[in-house]
Amino acid sequence: MEWIKLIGILIILVGFIFKFDTIAVVIIAAFTTALVSGISITEFFTLLGEAFVKNRIVTIFLLTLPMIGISERFGLRQQAVILIEKMKGLTTGRFITLYALIRQLAGLFGIRLSAQPQFVRPIVNPMAQAAANARYGKISEADEEIIKAKSAANENFANFFAQNTFAASAGVLLISGTLTSLGYEVQATSIVLVALIIAGISFVLIAIDNFLFDLKMDRKYGKKSSKGGQKS
Amino acid sequence: MTETINLILEFFYILIGLLLMMTAVRTFKDQTNPARIGTSLFWLLLGIIFAAGNYIPFLISGVLLTIMGALTLFKQVKVGKTARITEEEGQAGAQRIGSWIFFPAVALAAVAVGISYTPLGGQVGIGIASVVALLVAVFLTKASPKTVLDDTDRMIQAVGTVGILPQLLAALGVVFTVAGVGDVISNAISGFIPEGNRFIGVVAYCVGMALFTMIMGNAFAAFTVITAGIGIPFVIAQGGDPVIAGTLAMTAGFCGTLVTPMAANFNALPVALLEMKDPNGVIKAQAPTAGILLVIHIALMYFLAF
Repeated sequence: MEWIKLIGILIILVGFIFKFDTIAVVIIAAFTTALVSGISITEFFTLLGEAFVKNRIVTIFLLTLPMIGISERFGLRQQAVILIEKMKGLTTGRFITLYALIRQLAGLFGIRLSAQPQFVRPIVNPMAQAAANARYGKISEADEEIIKAKSAANENFANFFAQNTFAASAGVLLISGTLTSLGYEVQATSIVLVALIIAGISFVLIAIDNFLFDLKMDRKYGKKSSKGGQKS
Repeated sequence: MTETINLILEFFYILIGLLLMMTAVRTFKDQTNPARIGTSLFWLLLGIIFAAGNYIPFLISGVLLTIMGALTLFKQVKVGKTARITEEEGQAGAQRIGSWIFFPAVALAAVAVGISYTPLGGQVGIGIASVVALLVAVFLTKASPKTVLDDTDRMIQAVGTVGILPQLLAALGVVFTVAGVGDVISNAISGFIPEGNRFIGVVAYCVGMALFTMIMGNAFAAFTVITAGIGIPFVIAQGGDPVIAGTLAMTAGFCGTLVTPMAANFNALPVALLEMKDPNGVIKAQAPTAGILLVIHIALMYFLAF
C-alpha cells in the first residue's frame, strides 16, 4: 500500500480548507507521513529539526522588518498617498499593471529579487491602496484585502512568467540541463524565444484583469473626479 | 567561498535569533497579553532554533518546533501590546522626509541585487542589504535605537506565527521526499495515460506539472520527475519539439505554484507580510488567472510543438 504515503497531502488539504491551525497541521502531516513510511519517532524529530534548521534562509526576510518598521513610522504610507495623488489618473489597476511590467523587464535582464518583502510590502501595496483612496476616498476593508492580494499576486505573475526570458536563469538552465541529460540537445537561447511568448500572453492577461478591477471599483464607488475637480 | 557564505549566513541567523528573543522578553513582561507565557515561549524557542540550530542536535530543534506547534494549536500565542504608530507621526515624517522615505526600501533592493552578482550571492545579499537599509533608514529618520527595537518587535508580532510557515513547509517537502511521496505520485500519473494520443499526452504533461508542483510546492522539483515520466514518452517521443514542450511545461508548473499553499514563499509569505485576514487570500486572487494560463499552455504546446 504505497498510497498511504499520500496521507500527509490529505491532512494538509483538509487542514488548509477548514482553516485549522496551519503550523500544527503541517507538523502533524509531516509526522503522519513519516510514521506510515517506516520512519521512527526519533528519526522523525531529527529529520524535521534538520530540515527546518537547514531552511532558515527562507526566513531571512525577518531581517528586513526593522527597516520597514521605522519607514512606516516615519510616513512611508502617507508619502505614498501624496505621490499617488500627484499622478492624476493613476488608478490601482493601472499602477499594479505598471509594476508588473517593470517586474517582467527586471526578469528579462536577469535581476532576481525576493520582491514580496523588498517591494510589495513597503511600496507596491501602499501605493496601490493610496491610488484607490485618492480616487474613491475610503474603501471597504474587504476591498483593501483584495488590493493587498492583487499586489502580491501580480508580483508572482510577473516574476514567474517572465523569469525564463533570461538565458542564464535557473529555470532555463534546468530545462536545458534536464532535456540534454535525457538525450535531447537543447539551446538556452531557443528556450528564451518560447518563454517570451508566455511572458507576453501573461502580461496581456494581467493588464486585462487589472483593467476589469478598475471598472468594478469605478462602478462600486463611483468615479470621484481627480483632485481639484468637483467632489460630489 | 561556500564556507565564507555559510559563516556570514550563520551570523545573520544569530542576529534573527536575538531579535526573536527580544520579542520573547518583551512579551514575557507584557502583563496585558492573555497568553503571555505561551507567546513568550513560542518566540524564545524560535529564537533558540535560529541562533543555535547548528550547534544543538537536530533532534532537539525538531522537538522544540513541535512544542511551538502545540502552542499555536492550543491558541497560546497571541499578539501582545506593541509600540503604536500614529497617523500624526506618519504625517509629520512625510512632511519632514518627503519621498526620501522610500530610499531605504530602494537601497534594500539595489544592494541585494548588487551583491547577488558578486561571489557572495543573493542570500548573503539580502542579509547585508537589510543591515545597510536599516542604517540608511536610521540616518534618514533619526530614529532612536529604542524606536528601532520597538518597531522591530511590532513587525515581528504583526507577521506573527505565519511568518515561519514558508520555512516549515520547506521542511515538510524534505520529509515528503525522504518518505518517497513523489515517486508514488509520478508512478500513478504515468500509469493512467494511454499511449499514442498527442492531445492527451500534452494535457497530461501540463496538468501533471501543475499538480505535481502543487504537491511539492516547487516547479523545479516537479520538472525533472514529470519530464522524464510523462513529457518524454507521451509528448516528445510522439514528435513534439523538446524546446517548446519543455519550456511550456515549466511555466505550466508555475500555474500550479500559484494555487498551492505549499508554495508558501509566494502565497503565504505575502499574507503574513501584508497582514491579510484570509490565509488563502493570495491564492484566491491568483486562481482564475492560473486556470486560464494553464489552458493556454495546453493549447500552445499542442499547436506549436507538433
